[in-house]
Amino acid sequence: MLRIVIDRKHCKGCGLCVAFCPKGALCMATSISPRGVNPAEVREEAACVGCLNCTVVCPDAAIEICELEAAD
Amino acid sequence: MSISYRRPGALIDKVTHYCPGCGHGIAHRLIAEVIDELDIRGRTIGMAPVGCAVVAYDYLDIDMCEAPHGRTPAVATGVKRALPESVVFSYQGDGDLAAIGTAEIIHAANRGENITVIFINNAVYGMTGGQMAPTTPEKVKTTTSPYGRCTETEGYPLKVAELLAGLDRVAYSVRVMMASPGDVRAVREALLKAFRCQMERRGFSIVEILSPCPTYWKLDPVEAFRHCAKEMTKVFPLGVYRDWEETGANQ
Amino acid sequence: MPKKVLMTGNEAMAEGAIRAGCRHYYGYPITPQNEVPEYMSRRMPEVDGVFLQSESELAAISMVLGSAAAGKRTMTSSSSPGISLKQEGISYLAGSELPAVIANVQRGGPGLGDIGASQADYFQAVKGGGHGDYRMIVLAPDSVQEMADLTTLAFDLADRWRIPVMILADAQVGQMMEPVEWHEYRPPPDLAAKQWALTGASGRPRNIVRSFFLYPGLLEEHNLRLQRKYAEIASSQVRLEETGTDGADVVIVAYGSSARIARGLVSEGAEGGRLGLLRPVTLWPFPSRRIRELAERGKAFLVAEMSAGQMVEDVRLAVEGLTPVGFYGRMGGSMLTTEEMAREAARMLELVAGGAA
Ligand SMILES: Cc1ncc(C[n+]2csc(CCOP(=O)(O)OP(=O)(O)O)c2C)c(N)n1
Ligand code: SF4
Ligand code: SF4
Ligand code: SF4
Ligand SMILES: [Mg+2]
Repeated sequence: MLRIVIDRKHCKGCGLCVAFCPKGALCMATSISPRGVNPAEVREEAACVGCLNCTVVCPDAAIEICELEAAD
Repeated sequence: MSISYRRPGALIDKVTHYCPGCGHGIAHRLIAEVIDELDIRGRTIGMAPVGCAVVAYDYLDIDMCEAPHGRTPAVATGVKRALPESVVFSYQGDGDLAAIGTAEIIHAANRGENITVIFINNAVYGMTGGQMAPTTPEKVKTTTSPYGRCTETEGYPLKVAELLAGLDRVAYSVRVMMASPGDVRAVREALLKAFRCQMERRGFSIVEILSPCPTYWKLDPVEAFRHCAKEMTKVFPLGVYRDWEETGANQ
Repeated sequence: MPKKVLMTGNEAMAEGAIRAGCRHYYGYPITPQNEVPEYMSRRMPEVDGVFLQSESELAAISMVLGSAAAGKRTMTSSSSPGISLKQEGISYLAGSELPAVIANVQRGGPGLGDIGASQADYFQAVKGGGHGDYRMIVLAPDSVQEMADLTTLAFDLADRWRIPVMILADAQVGQMMEPVEWHEYRPPPDLAAKQWALTGASGRPRNIVRSFFLYPGLLEEHNLRLQRKYAEIASSQVRLEETGTDGADVVIVAYGSSARIARGLVSEGAEGGRLGLLRPVTLWPFPSRRIRELAERGKAFLVAEMSAGQMVEDVRLAVEGLTPVGFYGRMGGSMLTTEEMAREAARMLELVAGGAA
């Protein structure tokens, strides 16, 4: 299970992560962040395959991804 | 191996002043990643240019020096000659490197200064408001080429990676771009190799990065990214123009 | 007694720098100071130092900036047209409070001018030839010995005050030969370590060398701090030489090779001891207070310099009209002569006597 964390402080809502996610795991939020932009948000965490494309293109290093220990 | 990504330690937790989707932000992050990976934070000294990246020192957690516009490689030379054991990089835009600082970059390269140059080619003067750069492609309109760059009077865009590759003391000259996740990974590899080049005392290395400026390209960030591949590479072909590891091998 | 060595002024300056621990020299050839880079190119390898002939003066001063930022004693030298190019870097050095030594072996101007001795870069040196509110300490040697000694002093002052220091010489002092006595150099024991230097942020928070302060108010604050530093330097670092000013009616104010001519005149006892000499050794800070004191004691002045009249403005500012201030100058690489200076001095004495009658 992967955990995607998008830092709303750093995210400028450029949309690059959403555009380059091959699995549609991310989307742009309709809410406004404290920076006054529509930030990226996680649409479907379960869809994420951990390719890290989103972190690679993010100009603001706003995305962190980690693998959660299998917990049930 | 577990899949994970964390903000690099060499990147300060401060929101940058860059526009959304700006290539400078990606370049900073990659530099920080490479510094972390090579574990050289304590001996890296960066030169910030005059340009949008003028306060790069606000974001990178390393010793940094400001340089007068275009003199960045000369300042880097002064630092490297003073501290040969340190890892010194010069971070420059196309106005800084390919216009006002042409003499400094050519001579630093020609002396084979053992430094790494990170060249952000966004084909425009970002900081001053989108004027024509020496790298602006033909017919492209900017605030100082309102009718489009005219090659009759303004010449053709300057091809830095090729130009410097012609100098015998250059160890590594490469052009990469920010157009897709794969391309950005290639930028990271090029930066790693350029730093390694310096750490192995091979001599001068330069990584030219075709980098989006969504604001003055008047494109949204995703289009600007794709524009690097679609339009910029027509003028600036990607490639390894010089590589000490396979001398003479051009891609 | 230490042995004396016959050298040119330019070579003495270069050797003085090396003895003061300068190991990073960057420069671009220009007459009449080529002896400096030539000497450095020979000597630096002997002391494991760096000599680099740069592509331009713009590059040289920027390399100086880099080595200074890295905490090293570093210098560049040039002559008038080259010093114009260095103004960019000097302003950055001042703005980022880096210690460095810059020598200007002045030649005639404006433009390409000629290669004769001149003092026409006084304004550029002391009023800030580059942009922004900044100051440099400006030292004016008048002998080969002083080319050595003041260069050594320049490094100490630069480090102590974190400021660029200029040696303002001229073709005459640079190229003449005189015996120099060398003393062992000892750095002032109270010089602080350069904790601000860029050495790699290992085991300490990172250091930044910058002159850019975009956020409102910060740059003004930075400037105010610089001005406080300059005020401290101005009140503590004035250096000058006086000869026979006590009994004099007219005090000749001259520096560098012009002061040598004036000293000749004064020490020969010309005009029956009614002439004195005040030689500023620091052009900034300028000995305004001393000049003012002499004016208050009724002494008139004759300012002699190889220019259309530059330092004379600072003397007039100090005197504020209390007593007459005359001027004798020549331009374009022409030296002052003893005869002409004597004639101008006699005219000043007449004027003073006439005024008193
Ligand atoms: C001597 C000098 N000339 C001009 C400027 C104004 N200026 C600041 S940045 C810049 C151009 C920046 O363009 P580039 O190097 O391409 O960097 P970018 O902002 O595009 O990243 C100019 C002309 C200056 N600061 N100093
Ligand atoms: S890691 Fe890959 S799949 Fe997961 S969100 Fe990022 S881009 Fe999408
Ligand atoms: S790429 Fe980064 S800054 Fe851009 S929208 Fe995604 S998280 Fe936000
Ligand atoms: S103007 Fe262009 S280069 Fe400058 S920060 Fe904005 S997008 Fe980046
Ligand atoms: Mg640019």
